[in-house]
Amino acid sequence: MSTAPAAPRRRPSAAEQGEGWHAPGQDAGWLNPLRERFLLRLLVKKELRVRYRGSALGMLWSYVKPAVQFIVFYLALGVFLQLNKGDSAYAVYLFSGIVAINLFGEVFGNATRSITGNAPLVSKIYLPSQLFPWASMLVALVHFLPQLVVLLVGALLYGWTPGGTELLAFGLGMGILIVFTMGLGMLTAALNAAFRDVENFVDLIVMVATWLSPVMYRVSMVQDAIGGTFWYWLYILNPLTIVVELFHTAFWRHLPSTVEAMEADPRFAASGVSDLWWVGVLIAVATFAAGTVVFERSKRRFAQEL
Amino acid sequence: MPLLPDGPAPVAPAADARPMIRIEQVSKRFSLRHTRALKEMVFAALQRKKLSDSFLALDGVDLTIRAGETVGLIGFNGSGKSTLLKTVSGVLFPDRGRVLLRGRVAGLIEVGAGFHPDLSGRENVYLNGAILGMTHEQIDERFREIVDFSEIEEFIDTDVKYYSSGMFLRLAFAVAVHTEPDIFLVDEILSVGDEPFQKKCLARIRELQAKGRTMVVVSHELEMLQKLCTRIVVLRKGTVIFDGDPVEAVATLRAS
Repeated sequence: MSTAPAAPRRRPSAAEQGEGWHAPGQDAGWLNPLRERFLLRLLVKKELRVRYRGSALGMLWSYVKPAVQFIVFYLALGVFLQLNKGDSAYAVYLFSGIVAINLFGEVFGNATRSITGNAPLVSKIYLPSQLFPWASMLVALVHFLPQLVVLLVGALLYGWTPGGTELLAFGLGMGILIVFTMGLGMLTAALNAAFRDVENFVDLIVMVATWLSPVMYRVSMVQDAIGGTFWYWLYILNPLTIVVELFHTAFWRHLPSTVEAMEADPRFAASGVSDLWWVGVLIAVATFAAGTVVFERSKRRFAQEL
Repeated sequence: MPLLPDGPAPVAPAADARPMIRIEQVSKRFSLRHTRALKEMVFAALQRKKLSDSFLALDGVDLTIRAGETVGLIGFNGSGKSTLLKTVSGVLFPDRGRVLLRGRVAGLIEVGAGFHPDLSGRENVYLNGAILGMTHEQIDERFREIVDFSEIEEFIDTDVKYYSSGMFLRLAFAVAVHTEPDIFLVDEILSVGDEPFQKKCLARIRELQAKGRTMVVVSHELEMLQKLCTRIVVLRKGTVIFDGDPVEAVATLRAS
């Protein structure tokens, strides 16, 4: 190696790749989770096992938490603050929002901790680090499934009939939510490896998210209060507001009782915000791209920062 | 230590054998941040104290390792052996220079690094096998062999946290040597385990050598390395001070 170039490129050139050379840690980047499905599945299984070790209720906890949350909110807001007045399906309204925001919170929180939480793996063995936030997201989806079943049963009890609009709205809502939150999660996972303050900050955002999106109250109430101002637009363009409203379109907006209430007050369940789904898609894709870029740039330093 | 009483001395491959690892001008600097707390950072700035120290763990290392070679890396603590191995495995990235590889690498950088105490032995075999790059079918196929090699038959479905350190080590090593990598990186693991198991591991390493696999071994057990390796590289403060014949290498290290 007498004439090694002064500053060789880190990745092998095309000619060198043709000879079978590759750099250690050279991988498919954000496509890794699709390439390494077997490893991803094992990581998800590991997470689920570890999460419920020594727990008697196990997976049942993913029913208990949203159930308690629902009951408390329903009592405090629906009954005491009388938000269910004029909306006999307020329970469905509330629960569909809770489910969406809980999924956001879990994906965001888990993904943020995914690199630091797997420190022994990250700092000792090479494996595509992109798999960690993805595994966290899949674990969150596993917990989301039973909640979705409860939501469906509840909606059916209130006369819900699935149609094209409902399925489309649900699909869009889920798509925006997952892509957007993974983007944020990869960003915070990378930052959290350097500064553990990030996970506390994320907890704060998750706590605030329930209140800053129309989970408990209706969008028309926000419009009455701050309509037309900059803050109103900021509120509306929050991807979570759009996702929650898409969930409402999917499960609540076309219920018989909601349609009836609409006749008395057309603004009651106006679909203005969920019509902004394309904004949600754009923001989600942009966030995902930004998160991926930051993650890919910082993943080289994970092992030494942990 | 008569750990390697039998077996012929390893034969160095021809000088024109296919190169498998190219380490070109690799430098790696670590900075040790003393604190991340804002309060202390402000105080440190006011007192003009240094916030971080940095040291050069690797300084322009150049090595080419060819197919069939078993290269030992020796040096005193802090000489950069493990950093170099981690750079080859892809855990650390060089600041300057580059590393190129051919074929699949499996690193046994630390015994049982990929093992999770709350999973059973069986689950850990699958997880670790997958981490080291095996497919589902490959693990299924070799599962029997791995368990037999590790000699923990009846405990394979027990959680790993209940294993003795010896059992743990045996299973971890068994998985790693059964991944059939083209390049096998081993860091200081041959010093653990009881003597019969060490012999078994060494026999397995000899087997891999015979198959023409490439190996890089870091160890402080100089006698063992001397017998095992076809070539030894001596590192001091992140630079290569000797590269060649195992016996001379050990003498160089002892003299320095």
